[in-house]
Amino acid sequence: MSITSKTPVSLGPLSPKRQMLQAVLKAFNANKTSWIGLVIFLVIALMAIFAPWVTGQDPLEQDILARLKPPTEAHLLGTDYFGRDIYSRIIYGARLSLLIGLTSTALAMVIGSAIGMIAGWYGGRIDTLVMQVMDILLAFPSLILGLIIVAMLGPSILNIVIAIALTSIPPFARIARAPTIALKEREFIDACRALGYSDARILIIHILPNILPEILVMGSLWLANAIRTEASLAFIGLGVKPPAPTWGSMIREGFENILDSAWLVIAPGGAILIVIFALNLLGDGLRDAIDPKLKDEA
Amino acid sequence: MTAFLIRRLGFAVITLFAVLTLVFVLVRIVPGDPAQVILGDQASREAIEALRERLGLNLPLYHQYVVFVWGALGGDWGTSMMTGRPVIQEVLNVLPWTLELTFLSLIIGVVIGVPLGVAAAVRRNRFTDYAARIGSLLGLSFPPFVSALLLLLAFSIGLHWFPVISAKSGSLSAWVESITLPAINLGLITAAYITRVTRSAMLEVLQEDYVRTARAKGVPWTVVVWRHALRNALIPVITIIGLYLGILIGNSVLTEIVFSRPGLGKLIVGALNQRDYTMLQGMMVIYTLVVVVVNLATDLTYGFVDPRVKFK
Repeated sequence: MSITSKTPVSLGPLSPKRQMLQAVLKAFNANKTSWIGLVIFLVIALMAIFAPWVTGQDPLEQDILARLKPPTEAHLLGTDYFGRDIYSRIIYGARLSLLIGLTSTALAMVIGSAIGMIAGWYGGRIDTLVMQVMDILLAFPSLILGLIIVAMLGPSILNIVIAIALTSIPPFARIARAPTIALKEREFIDACRALGYSDARILIIHILPNILPEILVMGSLWLANAIRTEASLAFIGLGVKPPAPTWGSMIREGFENILDSAWLVIAPGGAILIVIFALNLLGDGLRDAIDPKLKDEA
Repeated sequence: MTAFLIRRLGFAVITLFAVLTLVFVLVRIVPGDPAQVILGDQASREAIEALRERLGLNLPLYHQYVVFVWGALGGDWGTSMMTGRPVIQEVLNVLPWTLELTFLSLIIGVVIGVPLGVAAAVRRNRFTDYAARIGSLLGLSFPPFVSALLLLLAFSIGLHWFPVISAKSGSLSAWVESITLPAINLGLITAAYITRVTRSAMLEVLQEDYVRTARAKGVPWTVVVWRHALRNALIPVITIIGLYLGILIGNSVLTEIVFSRPGLGKLIVGALNQRDYTMLQGMMVIYTLVVVVVNLATDLTYGFVDPRVKFK
């Protein structure tokens, strides 16, 4: 590839680990917005993990005397209908949103990539059949599918994770399939076959590392989508059961008092927006950096 | 051409069958007896048995399946468990509301998104490009119900330009008042998607040899961009609009809820809350029909945009 000829030759051979690290750094530096997205996301993740230290207030503690209070020094973002502190509810709510988002995306990533790699590796009928099933799943409105699954199975954290994961499998299958097809014709894979390696070993040890960057970039973009879907389900009323705070259910509750207490929806809405925007900045910048089609442009 | 059409139609039929089966299975694995749910805890055994018989729930599963598929194909989707009216009638009642909203927002999305995407690609890595990219990324990041709530807060509750709850449309001005904010909300999010796809498709096409050739023989730049390049960039754009339909449907559900607008969104949420299974079945069927038909239409559109496509 011409890109390698342009980069300055490094002194001495690098260990594979250092090479990976350098590739990652280069991808990040190609698009500075990735850094911004990563930093914002990490700050929010840390705030969620260390929630008790970030906010002194209990997200579930009700204070009937301080109901629907606009933002003050005591309550940075005001209080809700039950007098609960909205700031601490948002911080604790981040835990659930990120937990559901991360687990469902990880699940979709593993299953989707496996499906895509298997379809690409074996080709033929299996490939056609699997990808048509994926196309059907992709074409179907994911929110509606998620909505029906959660409504049928009941709104528990596990069921919400399953519903979101199921709707995000097809994109991972697609992104894993194409490079697998390209890679299986390469010489080093022929060599693996000649050595008598099993299909599973070739796929996991020799093909997976080569397509991992694309899958991970896709993962950051679909994490944003998973968080948005979780919030949408909660807004419709299919979220984790109250009183546990989630951003979507906070907006749902706030919607009832929107006429005189706008901060009830603005604060959690802003939180969702910031997280999703940060993840999109991150994933978008990285995708630009690794997209071979646009790489060589002046 | 004919072979292509037959294959696509065959695929559409298979899809429809697959989804119908999925719907049938999903609805049956729900815990709880629908008849019991409808009649409540106080109902007598006889009443429940009678209702089960009327709903066809006492038949063997395979029989229920045949009845369900046969009925669905013939346009008979059963009667709503809650209102007692035919499901198809309930759906057709609100369908125009959803369709007008979706079409309007698609138009807004194309009118804003395509020129913006072209401008961003042509001025790559300059201010226009950065503004369009950050703007569209922001648009993509908004959950539709959050942006809808912000619009509602600003223009209905703050400025009083629009009613908070969309009234039944009688006059033209009432119709405009009720559809403006929902259409802007969905339209802007759609525009964000279309801007990004148009930009990346144009970036690819602008590198092609024929673009350089056209430039070299003295064709004005605007003609090269808008006539030669854009036309070739439209294929991926149309593909994405077709794929985007699923997202658009989900977004319209959320938008309809925020603006208290009648439509498929309110219907499906109501059916979910009341465990109206026949209604849910019907809605899944109509969503599938819409998706299948639009995908078919998307494929056929290629031929009109790009005469080279021979429908292989």
